[in-house]
Amino acid sequence: MSALTRETIVLNMGPHHPSTHGVLRLMLELEGEVILRAEPVIGYLHTGFEKEMETRTYHQNIVFPPRIEYLATMIEEHAYVLAVEKLLGVRAPERAEVIRVILAELSRIASHLVWLGTSAIDVNVTSMLMYCFNDRERVMDIFEMVSGQRMMHGYMRVGGLQWDVPAEFTERVRGFVEDLPGRLDEYERLLTDNLIWRGRTEGIGVLSYDDVLRYGCTGPIGRGSGVNYDVRKAFPYGGYETYDFDVPLGSRGDTFDRYTVRMEEMRQARRIILQALGRLRDGPIMVDDRKVALPPRAELVRSMEAVIHQFKLVSEGFHPEAGEVYSAVESPRGEKGYYLVSDGSNHPIRARVRAPSFNNLQALPVMIFRNMVSDVVVAIASIDIILGDVDR
Amino acid sequence: MIAPAVEALARDLAGLAEAEERFRDELTLLIAGGRLLDVLARAREAGFAVLTDLTAVDRLPAEPRFEVVYLVTNYMTPGRLRLKVRVEAGDPVLPSATPVYPGANWLEREVFDMFGIRFGGHPDLKRILMPDDWEGYPLRKDYALVEEPVEFIGHTPKVPSAIIPRTPRTPPTPPR
Repeated sequence: MSALTRETIVLNMGPHHPSTHGVLRLMLELEGEVILRAEPVIGYLHTGFEKEMETRTYHQNIVFPPRIEYLATMIEEHAYVLAVEKLLGVRAPERAEVIRVILAELSRIASHLVWLGTSAIDVNVTSMLMYCFNDRERVMDIFEMVSGQRMMHGYMRVGGLQWDVPAEFTERVRGFVEDLPGRLDEYERLLTDNLIWRGRTEGIGVLSYDDVLRYGCTGPIGRGSGVNYDVRKAFPYGGYETYDFDVPLGSRGDTFDRYTVRMEEMRQARRIILQALGRLRDGPIMVDDRKVALPPRAELVRSMEAVIHQFKLVSEGFHPEAGEVYSAVESPRGEKGYYLVSDGSNHPIRARVRAPSFNNLQALPVMIFRNMVSDVVVAIASIDIILGDVDR
Repeated sequence: MIAPAVEALARDLAGLAEAEERFRDELTLLIAGGRLLDVLARAREAGFAVLTDLTAVDRLPAEPRFEVVYLVTNYMTPGRLRLKVRVEAGDPVLPSATPVYPGANWLEREVFDMFGIRFGGHPDLKRILMPDDWEGYPLRKDYALVEEPVEFIGHTPKVPSAIIPRTPRTPPTPPR
């Protein structure tokens, strides 16, 4: 064959490849080492959560969200319970909302730390992973203290929380967020001015402002390209409208911008947590509505009414009005939404999970067009992909 | 409260919509399949630049059986509008939204994969989550969810809904 003939090869990457952060398969069409076309092949982790959710009551379904997206577990639960609360037309009491915000922001920090550690290891900064997991472990310990579980908490309830936080909660959270800025500065000293890190991330995986809108990308991917959209600001939920925080934006839309956006988001999450800790007053943690929330244990021995409510809620669950709602939260990966359709029965007839990773991954072929094969790894890491979220 | 940008768009689209639903501060417009692309293009022009979600609902045994749901979002003046198209069970087909919102590509593939609704003019309509040779459409209501059989004596596979069965909404109890 003549040396002038353009020859392309097709390279299969994954699904079992450590840098794909799960089971993602990519079909890459290459000219030399330059990518001409990429096609993500997904579905290896499809578990049928949406179908399962149709067969269970609203309360039973609380177990699914943290399993769909297993790095920002508290945010997932928050997203689901908020959607059911919207469907029912109830709002959790103030103390429950404040605790939810604290846990959600801790979850955001934990998820971004995993992202930082794993992306750094993808460009061979191996020590980063240990530092980040060390810090994340402190968040996991707080979650374990609060809910009894490190990851699959099931702590949030429709209308509030399972139980109140322990007395040492405030102190432990404060201890963690006070150490955080020092740790983040250290990580930035390791990476931001590191020539290898900059070389591997700057100008890599660029996504333009228009492409973000075209493909419906959200989260740090969108904000890294300058799209000023954060669900907490645009469609405030769970009391976020009362907190003071900034939305960091990038300008070039490359992997480095996504990195700076996420680092700043961790600092902003800390700001929100500190404000929330100052608002933590004593009060109820569940709504008073007996059609939604279980009656307190003490009432069961005195009131027949309470026994009936308890029995009805446990054996049937509540029956929201027929109708449909869409409720979204800002997850570390973007807009996480639940679209619930009720026909008035105790099960949803449709529970749709709007997964941010799904839309973000769709833009991967655009991001890596004409980049090198080695940059694919960096671009995938910069999406902060969770395959459980993509495949559901 | 429904955002003013959404109300303005709904007024603009009033001639094209068949019905309007309001529930929990969310606005849904019911659109005929033939007008879908026109409506989506006008929504996009009005600043609803992002197709946040595209999915379907199987309303078996109602007729028409399927509802395909489009959720468009305006980032500049925050607002969301839901557009709904009803599709018959016999030959479920709709025009693809990819010319207006390229991000609809994978979302439409997912709806095709899960519900068997086809989208005319889609660049690459094939299964996305299920294997290519899968038979049936898992999220249809007549696609049964069963437990995988295991070889234990006396084990009767059951579906989760057998644990807490579906119960219709109870009539409100009169105040005492």
